[in-house]
Amino acid sequence: MSVIQPVVRDTDRDRVAEKVRAAVETGGRDRNEGLFKAALLSTLAFALLVLAVLLFDIITDAWPVFAERLGILMANPTRSRADETGIFQGLRGTFWIGIFVILLTFPIGIAAAIYLEEYAPDNRLTRLININIRNLAGVPSVVYGILGLTIFVGLLKGVYGDYAISRGNTTTAGGLTLAALALPVVIITSAEAIRAVPSSLREAAYGVGATKWEVIKSHVLPYAAPGILTGTLLSLARALGEAAPLILVGAVQGRLGPNTGFFGLEQMGEKFTAMPIVITDLASQPGPDWIPVTSAAIVVLLLVVLSFNAAAVFLRNRFEAKREG
Amino acid sequence: MTASAPAARGRLGEDPGRALEGSSRRRIRERVVHLIVQAAALVSVVITVGIVASLVFRAVEFVLNLMNPSEADLAEAGGEVGLGSLWGDQWAPRFLEFDVKTLLVGSIVVTIVAMAVAGPVGLGAAIYMSEYANERVRKVVKPIVEVLAGIPSVVLGFFALRWISPNLVQRLFSEAENQSLLAAGLGVGLLTIPLMASVSEDALRAVPRSLREASAGLGARKRTTTLTVVLPAAVSGLVAAIIVATSRAIGETMVVFLAAGASGNSAQFTLNPLHRGSTMTAAMASQASGTDGTITELGFGSLFFVGFVLFVITLGLNLIADRFVRRVRQAY
Repeated sequence: MSVIQPVVRDTDRDRVAEKVRAAVETGGRDRNEGLFKAALLSTLAFALLVLAVLLFDIITDAWPVFAERLGILMANPTRSRADETGIFQGLRGTFWIGIFVILLTFPIGIAAAIYLEEYAPDNRLTRLININIRNLAGVPSVVYGILGLTIFVGLLKGVYGDYAISRGNTTTAGGLTLAALALPVVIITSAEAIRAVPSSLREAAYGVGATKWEVIKSHVLPYAAPGILTGTLLSLARALGEAAPLILVGAVQGRLGPNTGFFGLEQMGEKFTAMPIVITDLASQPGPDWIPVTSAAIVVLLLVVLSFNAAAVFLRNRFEAKREG
Repeated sequence: MTASAPAARGRLGEDPGRALEGSSRRRIRERVVHLIVQAAALVSVVITVGIVASLVFRAVEFVLNLMNPSEADLAEAGGEVGLGSLWGDQWAPRFLEFDVKTLLVGSIVVTIVAMAVAGPVGLGAAIYMSEYANERVRKVVKPIVEVLAGIPSVVLGFFALRWISPNLVQRLFSEAENQSLLAAGLGVGLLTIPLMASVSEDALRAVPRSLREASAGLGARKRTTTLTVVLPAAVSGLVAAIIVATSRAIGETMVVFLAAGASGNSAQFTLNPLHRGSTMTAAMASQASGTDGTITELGFGSLFFVGFVLFVITLGLNLIADRFVRRVRQAY
């Protein structure tokens, strides 16, 4: 189309003039523009509505349990009656899994990110490690369960029956599996945070004679700390909510026997369960009797997981605001 | 200056290289730290090798066992067991029926339903957040979407089973069963919305501002700019978002495990989303949660076979998505 060609033919002139006048007089507003914006907004509204319905539904179902038997819920072991069963053992398992993730994944993940951003030469091996980590982050969680089942359980259970996976599946195996699951996300987010550190900061430190590690320790890590912390908290929250890998590792669905202590290290070698597994088990029970206690367990898990999430988001927003301001 | 210069020259003069390197303690520490962080980076490689090795060996072992079944397996099946067992009309490891297409089709049905929800909703939300929302709206909405992203899948599984299935699926389709692939797919879709939205938003934000300004300068409306300038410019990233979300939907386990109703790890072949069914992931979880009495050696081996197929599919999708993402980086 050439620009010189008349766009408006004489016969159309009045009609077009009318349109232009209309557009100008309405301030250029367009009904379709409004519709388009409304359609976009409705998608957002849909997501928020679902979230609201989900939370409302679960909290109203859970309320009677919290009001009437909070003590039973928190302190009892898993039992075969809906009004007697509790989540003590689930909370314990989730607590210990969290410890595994914090003690193993955080240091290894952050160290790996430091290597990739600060030390690694730009060669084929480094590129391979990078691609490998991105792909690991996309591996379905249930596949990590296979890793846990063959390697961690296999190493730990010794000579139990080869395919009887309900035997010899310990807290340690579950913790190691979820620690592996959380690792790629910790590496990726930490590496991003480290990459965002301005190089002038490093140069200043080198300029006064600091060694590489001194530069990292005293300049890079403190600056990247909020970003690293955000990523680690998000990955911790994700790991604590995972059920599928634990099912494969052989976490106990159903009764786990009487309560033993919460903090005792001897459970590292014992059978275990965790909050997502307890919820899976409760949710699979037939009949409406189990809905309140399932919902109550879900509320407890959501409180744990979402508080880590919220802390992460809060941290990030705070530091973003500070840096920009 | 002049007073200190000879002194400095003197120190460096003895062994200049030595002085620049610092004390031996410092040098050893540097070396140790280097080795530690390098080892940490290699842990990720070890994990990958562990995953691939455990999948491949046991999957191959499963196929070999199918071809040469043991006496116990033959007695269990009460008939033929062979490679033909991988193609039939149901997935029932207990009876040594391993129809892989039941699970593949189940996964595809669930993923299509999920993407029908997560695709438009996630993309719409992303366009709104990147093109229309002002800073105030973003500050409120972004954290809420992140909360949605933080909800564990087992929670959405329960929601799909106890709320979506009776209140939506069965109300709309009277012939739907109380557990169905459709309910599971909707649950997976809800779970995938935040991922779809955040990857799409990144893609849209990567489009340079100058393109939008040029379009607006020509007198285009915001809608026109968005649809004819921003979206085409971001198309690589958006395709990547769809692939990443699809990969996540295929790999999602707990929602399907709870809401699709493949109890006891058996599922009939079905194309109808209103029926019960199973997916690759749910079949793995139910195989693993079976009690000892219901587990046969071959049945247990099928877990690794299915895991291997799932791993290959998601790996392929992730590699393709990676390529699309890199194309975006090159363009701008």
